[in-house]
Amino acid sequence: MSDQDIRKAARHVSQNEGLIFELSSPGKAAYQLPPLDVPMVDPAEALGPENVRAELEGFPEVSEIEVVRHFTRLSTWNYGVDTGAYLLGSCTMKYNPKINEVVARLEGLANAHPCRPESLAQGCLRILRDLSKALVEITGMDAVTVQPAAGAHGEMTGLLLVRAYQQAQGNPRQKVLIPDSAHGTNPASATLVGYQTVSVASNSEGTVDLAQLDRLMDSEVAALMLTNPNTLGIFERQITAIGEIMHSRGGLIYMDGANLNALVGVSRPGDFGVDVLHLNLHKTFSTPHGGGGPGAGPVAVKRILEPFLPVPLLRENADGSLALDFDRPQTIGRVRAFVGNFGVLVRALAYILANGAEGLRQSTEDAVLNSVYLRQLLEGAYELPYRAPTLHECVFSDKKQARHGVHTGDIAKRLIDYGFHPYTVSFPLIVSGALMIEPTESESKQELDLLADALLAIAREAEQEPETVLGAPHSTRLRRLDEVQAARRPVLRWKPAGRE
Amino acid sequence: MRYLPKSPDERRQMLQKIGCASIEELFDSIPPEVRLRTPLALGRGQSEPEILQYFRARAAENTREEACFLGAGAYDHYRPAALDALISRSEFYTAYTPYQPEISQGTLQAIFEYQTLMCQLTGMDVANASLYDGSTALPESVLMAMRANGRRRVVIGRSVHPEYRQVLTTYLQHQNITLDEIPYAESGQMEETALADRMGADVSAVVVQSPNFFGIVEDIPALAARAHAAGALLIVMIAEPVSLGILRPPVEADIVAGEAQSCGVPLSFGGPYVGFLAAREKYVRSMPGRLVGQTTDADGSRGFCLTLATREQHIRREKATSNICTNQALCALMVTIFLSVYGKEGLREMAIHNLSKARHAAERFRQGGARLRFSGRYFNEFVVAGIGNRPRVKERLLEQKIIGGLELGSYYPELDGSVLFCFTETAGQEKMDQLVQIMTE
Repeated sequence: MSDQDIRKAARHVSQNEGLIFELSSPGKAAYQLPPLDVPMVDPAEALGPENVRAELEGFPEVSEIEVVRHFTRLSTWNYGVDTGAYLLGSCTMKYNPKINEVVARLEGLANAHPCRPESLAQGCLRILRDLSKALVEITGMDAVTVQPAAGAHGEMTGLLLVRAYQQAQGNPRQKVLIPDSAHGTNPASATLVGYQTVSVASNSEGTVDLAQLDRLMDSEVAALMLTNPNTLGIFERQITAIGEIMHSRGGLIYMDGANLNALVGVSRPGDFGVDVLHLNLHKTFSTPHGGGGPGAGPVAVKRILEPFLPVPLLRENADGSLALDFDRPQTIGRVRAFVGNFGVLVRALAYILANGAEGLRQSTEDAVLNSVYLRQLLEGAYELPYRAPTLHECVFSDKKQARHGVHTGDIAKRLIDYGFHPYTVSFPLIVSGALMIEPTESESKQELDLLADALLAIAREAEQEPETVLGAPHSTRLRRLDEVQAARRPVLRWKPAGRE
Repeated sequence: MRYLPKSPDERRQMLQKIGCASIEELFDSIPPEVRLRTPLALGRGQSEPEILQYFRARAAENTREEACFLGAGAYDHYRPAALDALISRSEFYTAYTPYQPEISQGTLQAIFEYQTLMCQLTGMDVANASLYDGSTALPESVLMAMRANGRRRVVIGRSVHPEYRQVLTTYLQHQNITLDEIPYAESGQMEETALADRMGADVSAVVVQSPNFFGIVEDIPALAARAHAAGALLIVMIAEPVSLGILRPPVEADIVAGEAQSCGVPLSFGGPYVGFLAAREKYVRSMPGRLVGQTTDADGSRGFCLTLATREQHIRREKATSNICTNQALCALMVTIFLSVYGKEGLREMAIHNLSKARHAAERFRQGGARLRFSGRYFNEFVVAGIGNRPRVKERLLEQKIIGGLELGSYYPELDGSVLFCFTETAGQEKMDQLVQIMTE
């Protein structure tokens, strides 16, 4: 396979660039402060000589053009959603609309200090109110907190609510049930809230094994943490029966909303027995992933959990004005300073406004259409370990390619040469050699066809010329990185020459 | 819908390929009894001008001020124009966690530079790739200290940001850890004799903030000596890292963590912000969150990748050092660009301007007959006693388009009537003088 056969991408020159520290030399500057309009104070006199530092050792001294070129060059070494399809399963790398960025930067919102008196922050509070209402409608729940900063933070918040609720019933209980297909954050969050985690095996369909759930569910289980559709992209068909098992024995259902984008406008967690869920606004609601954050992880709950929500909670006064309510005796407390990741919440609301009910539903439909279409094109070339119908994502395995010594990680690296950001590698853990692919609704038919062609070509390469795949990527500025060396001898910061 | 790149005919072709008669069929795996039968009550989709109009109206409802003297964990410093231009490169903001290092070197190198800058700023050996914010960096630091020494009691200054302490209490409520609060002295610093009384062999960490919530600089070497004498770690929280442009870094600490919003992240009504966590090298394997390390590729060229991931939830699940999944990469990038633009001299100069403005304002308060509540040394914030709780004064300030300081009574009942003010380099002398004049009349 030569470069000419790769239709989506071509090589182009990229600039080399050192570390910002390596561009530094004394006397260069990229800043100018306005003249000081008050008498200048001597730091040693004001703070005491013992409290003053001599210099910021090692800090860069560079000019503005160097800063601009430095970070521009770095940016060209990245691949973003705006570059092309970004197939990370469960991460929902959908298009980030540009109007969202504009409104989040409006003066009056971007400059608002979080400690402003409520009477001067009514605009911010109305945004929170309008977003909260929309999220309640979309999820079919009763109330929401927008304070959690990310999905995992939402999980912790949700489980604290579960625990507070169970405590109020007389026993906080000891265990949380987690399917073996779940994200690693689920057990980590449960531990943080003081629960033991018990793994629930998946059945041959890839869904929760009801008989096993029935055996495991006892009076010491506080909740089941369920991702629905699960990380295989499969909807838990037995959700009503799962709800009966849990609720009849005093347990709750926590839903990890990472895959809510498969359901918006089609089915609501509040209507299928979920008691509490977190939403990843950076997934379903299009806020940018930012290279790994910031996100936001609002938590929506049924009425029974509302008294325990974190403070402050948004409250509407009789006169229609909005306030932050701190007087909530049963609250689990505060999970973050101030009101939450406001700038992310603004973007999510802009997305909901742009779509409306119809647009949100159509986005869900297209996300599923794209995923199922891709599954159809790839079946045969790649092993599909679970054959149940899938929604927004599907998980293949590298079983066929592994016979030739090619594994999921190698296929991913080769996909880079074809101009795509790879899928999620080796997750979920219940599939050996997993390729977890989520195209989202943002991909056109043309992009999907190119992607399918690329994955089919790689499947052929794996058989005919496996070394091409094993040596990939061939087109990037750096070849495969030595991750073992990075972990064995960690170098986690730059140091000046001679002081490493 | 304008974000969806498909024509009706393409949808039909795709359905045909799949072998489905309708879109509805794609959802057959969802049982009919849990399907939504009516459209969501969210109205129609809106155009860009309508969306802009909605948010402009909300911004206008916020009442525009000309000067704001609030700090308390969120600081207004000038953000250079290059900063927003650069973070708007969509290869940065539309990327995700750099799982594939060969096509994520931009993010990875920027984080490596961020980690280096945080080490240089704080005097620590290693820094992680960032956490959600300062308030969550506190429990992450405390849990890290407990992993390091296995002890179950933490003593914390009452002068640590009250909302950070509230978040800490929330995180620790099911961890079987005791929290002891140490009062503040007349200087505003941690009461050292009270600390001495509370120390013991069961103390995991001493937590102090500097400059603390009242703006007062703490005596880090003395507190470190107390902590270390009992075998405890010293955690220093920093909510205003611009102070480190002139303040001596807390090199005696074991963990230095806090909020880096003040270095280039918009106030944005409280978030997104960016927590930082730096530590002594020996604690690196107890650290929470992502770390970027330097390595080489197959040709021997320098490159960067995520490393030491065996601490993290996606590998360790319930045994992970934290449940945190990603970092706050874009905000950390803002910090990196901000610190690169201001650099070695600029951050120092900015810090001196802050100090000078605050000194000037304090002098004016004194001249107006007001009294600073604490005698300790301060950076860009201080507390004035006995001038709060006067609605008429607030109204008069607002007439002049000024938002004054933060009333402390709701956080500290004993400080009812005291007000916390912040003066950064963005504070103009005229507005400062106006503020003081109205407040001291």
